[in-house]
Amino acid sequence: MSEAAAPVAGVQKSRKELDRAVIRFAGDSGDGMQLTGEQFTTESAWAGNDIATLPNFPAEIRAPAGTLFGVSSFQLQFGSQRVYTPGDRLDCLVAMNPAALKVHLRDLKPGGLLIVNTAAFDKRNLDKAGYAANPLDDPALGERYRLHKVDMTGLTHKAIQDLDLNTKEKDRTKNFFALGLVSWIYTRPLEPTLDWIGKKFAKNPAFAEANTRVLKAGHAFGETAEIFSEHYTIEPAEMAPGLYRAMTGNRALAWGLLAAAERSKVPIVYGAYPITPASSILEELAMHKRFRVRTIQAEDEIAAVTAAIGASFGGAIGVTGSSGPGIALKSEGIGLAVTAELPLVIFNIQRAGPSTGMPTKTEQADLMQALYGRNSESPVVVLAPATPGDCFYVAYEAIRIAAKYMVPVIVLSDGFLANGSEPWLIPDVSTLPPIEIQYRTDPEGFFAYLRDPATLARPWVRPGTPGLEHRIGGIEKQDVTGNISYDPDNHDHMVRTRAEKVRRVAQEIPPTSINGPATGDLLVVGWGGTYGAITAAVERAQLAGKSVASVHLRHMNPLPPDLGHILREYRKVLVPEINSGQLVRVLRAEYLVDAVGFNRVRGLPLASEEILESIDQLLGERQ
Amino acid sequence: MSPTDAGAAATPKYTKKDFESDQDVRWCPGCGDYAILSAVQKTMPDLGIPKEDIVFISGIGCSSRFPYYMNTYGFHTIHGRAPAIATGLRLARPELKVFVVTGDGDGLSIGGNHMLHILRRNVNVTILLFNNRIYGLTKGQYSPTSEMGKVTKSTPMGSADRPINPLAFALGCGATFVGRTVDRDVRHMEEMLRREILQNCNVYNDLVWNVIYEKESKLAHELRLQQGKPLLFGPPDDRRAVVMEGVMPKVVPAKDVPESALWVHDESNINAAKIIADLWVPEFPVPIGVFSAIEAPVYEDTLLAQEQRAISERGPGDIAKLLTSGDTWKISAEGG
Repeated sequence: MSEAAAPVAGVQKSRKELDRAVIRFAGDSGDGMQLTGEQFTTESAWAGNDIATLPNFPAEIRAPAGTLFGVSSFQLQFGSQRVYTPGDRLDCLVAMNPAALKVHLRDLKPGGLLIVNTAAFDKRNLDKAGYAANPLDDPALGERYRLHKVDMTGLTHKAIQDLDLNTKEKDRTKNFFALGLVSWIYTRPLEPTLDWIGKKFAKNPAFAEANTRVLKAGHAFGETAEIFSEHYTIEPAEMAPGLYRAMTGNRALAWGLLAAAERSKVPIVYGAYPITPASSILEELAMHKRFRVRTIQAEDEIAAVTAAIGASFGGAIGVTGSSGPGIALKSEGIGLAVTAELPLVIFNIQRAGPSTGMPTKTEQADLMQALYGRNSESPVVVLAPATPGDCFYVAYEAIRIAAKYMVPVIVLSDGFLANGSEPWLIPDVSTLPPIEIQYRTDPEGFFAYLRDPATLARPWVRPGTPGLEHRIGGIEKQDVTGNISYDPDNHDHMVRTRAEKVRRVAQEIPPTSINGPATGDLLVVGWGGTYGAITAAVERAQLAGKSVASVHLRHMNPLPPDLGHILREYRKVLVPEINSGQLVRVLRAEYLVDAVGFNRVRGLPLASEEILESIDQLLGERQ
Repeated sequence: MSPTDAGAAATPKYTKKDFESDQDVRWCPGCGDYAILSAVQKTMPDLGIPKEDIVFISGIGCSSRFPYYMNTYGFHTIHGRAPAIATGLRLARPELKVFVVTGDGDGLSIGGNHMLHILRRNVNVTILLFNNRIYGLTKGQYSPTSEMGKVTKSTPMGSADRPINPLAFALGCGATFVGRTVDRDVRHMEEMLRREILQNCNVYNDLVWNVIYEKESKLAHELRLQQGKPLLFGPPDDRRAVVMEGVMPKVVPAKDVPESALWVHDESNINAAKIIADLWVPEFPVPIGVFSAIEAPVYEDTLLAQEQRAISERGPGDIAKLLTSGDTWKISAEGG
């Protein structure tokens, strides 16, 4: 979508206006690429652009330096119009070493901007990256891309040679040289990064000075060096007015819980065991004890979910979070919450599997696990956020539904949403729906499984309430009385009742919003973190005059009541997913529609280009 | 009325009957669980806690049916997980009195990990572990406390597993109160329950515990631990003493030991408790009573004090303030 990047003759510093750009910073996992990317994101937010980010890092805390699998990268797309995804192909690649070049070069557009740190291209690093010869010496590289060879390490050292820091400490600031340079190229304000340096190194003036100087040196290098012939501006995006902040998915989930604790006036107990990519939710919540959200780092995944259930039994709201392998361990516990009919919220930050799989890579292949992955008939409510900021609302909604219906609610986020960030319009919290908690206190006519006629929820009684002492458990019980029951007809009735209770959550679902015409040739149905890629592809197809619309599901179980009707308004239905076809099966089974899937399971977000190709292909088939 | 208010008011005068639920008790005839249930119901009034503030949590197994028979709040959960459920409950509701009822399979096999961690964290709960050294509910497979060589349905040629000693396990995990009693000695059991105990008693396999069941044998082999009293046991005409020789315990005739050299039981001595926990027939007596009672920080008290400190230092959480904290930027209606 960015303008064709044809090399420009001459050395005049022309300023070109772009509507969007896709940049990737790539280097060794010790090169500080995540920080560089985050700072560039903040600068772009200050510039008023819309943004989507994609951090990508190795599972190892510190992978061996210089290796291909040790490469860490941070990609972002920023633009003057709505940005839905971190972008498919790169306009600019910053490669801090040969391994980064080798891994990422194939994503750079022909004619794209390629900036390399020449100091890292020594024999040792070339060997580790598997280069027989230095690729920078190959003239073809400079012909295919706008290659800029910059001795970032050397220039960094020069900028701070008089400072009393050792070589290693000086080396570590070179990422800010890259940041300064790219900030100049794209006309980003340096203020947010200078602010950050001031705060971060308040107690270490030497580091503050070094990072400031190196950042400015990078910026000045762009301005003065003869090699950069042009730079770019990107106008602020037209976004809804209001106050914004950058938001990642995991932080949004955590803050959604804080909001729910505040509005419901009920403590939340969050039980979790460390697991990638869910751990940062536990860490975030542990910082906010003032909200009466209590965290337990449990001894294992099972203890994490059962501690949450114990808290719910006590009248608090129990929440647990993990990723697929941990959710598998929690499934018996979730079944207990199903039959004990207690509120419970389970966050699943999906990652590539099976088993350990690729822990830092994204996937959305746990839908079937969420819907059916427990013994026997154990229906739960399943929700899925569409964007990092949406995680806030979905976490809040999960608590509201769990408490109102006395059911477990699974929230399916993913690694892409968890770590990705977007500019987020800060909501007015008073506009969030109320979370009304009703504890039963009246002993008159009390039974443990007496049901609310509208929701079928049983009464929630806090231990400590006089006159309501009762026992519940995992054994099947008689409806209403809650006494243990092995009666065959009662069991059949209870199976249906638990299912009906979940089905009734459909009354909470607003009418489905359709992006595009209400009837037409093709409907694209998605869910979860693919929202951006699907929406971008569908809007491009619409601009090309195609009769295409999209629907993005947030309620996976129960499904929206109007969905069946909507599906029938289109000749074809396409379901793109990062799995081998899970929602598409549900839709086919539920609505008898001939939906087809578009499936790629590479541990990466779907690219909007490939979804667009799939749309074109499907529309072409009828001719 | 909040539970705390209820606690502050005068607690009603309860009798055993107030703690009996309306459910039919379903254990095998002659099972020791009946005696334990009765003793627990009988000692409950002495706790002086309103019964609505008492919660019994259990896992799975014969012992885990216990909560159904107590007219308090109760939660019969899943196999092995009662300690974790109780931990979450305590963190949510620290004003409640929480009991965990478990067995040797539930608490030391499938739930061994949770048992380890609830003891090491020192969560304020009372754990009653009914050790019958067999799986009863699934009808007779060996358990982690079954003696080596034990012939069961799943070990027709004898168990190849070395058994675990629940007392040594608990002490090793850092438990702050560890005791043992037996179902056939109701008075001792009640005495122990009044002191909140991790109980280790026989309900299923009489042979295992026979040595301290029969009157004569009991007299010969049972060592009653009492704070400040020497480790003496045996009939009056054959009193014996447990003494330390170097780092090894040893049994000698009491008359051969000068009073100053007797080993005096001290519940605060965790090292001594670890040695006593391993005493067993035939070389040694079988100790019952309180092995160890020490003070340690309580997990949920520490966490909740942190919460209070955070609130008192910085005020209660305010989500609207949090959302607008840190780096934010404004986009005006003009699109700039």
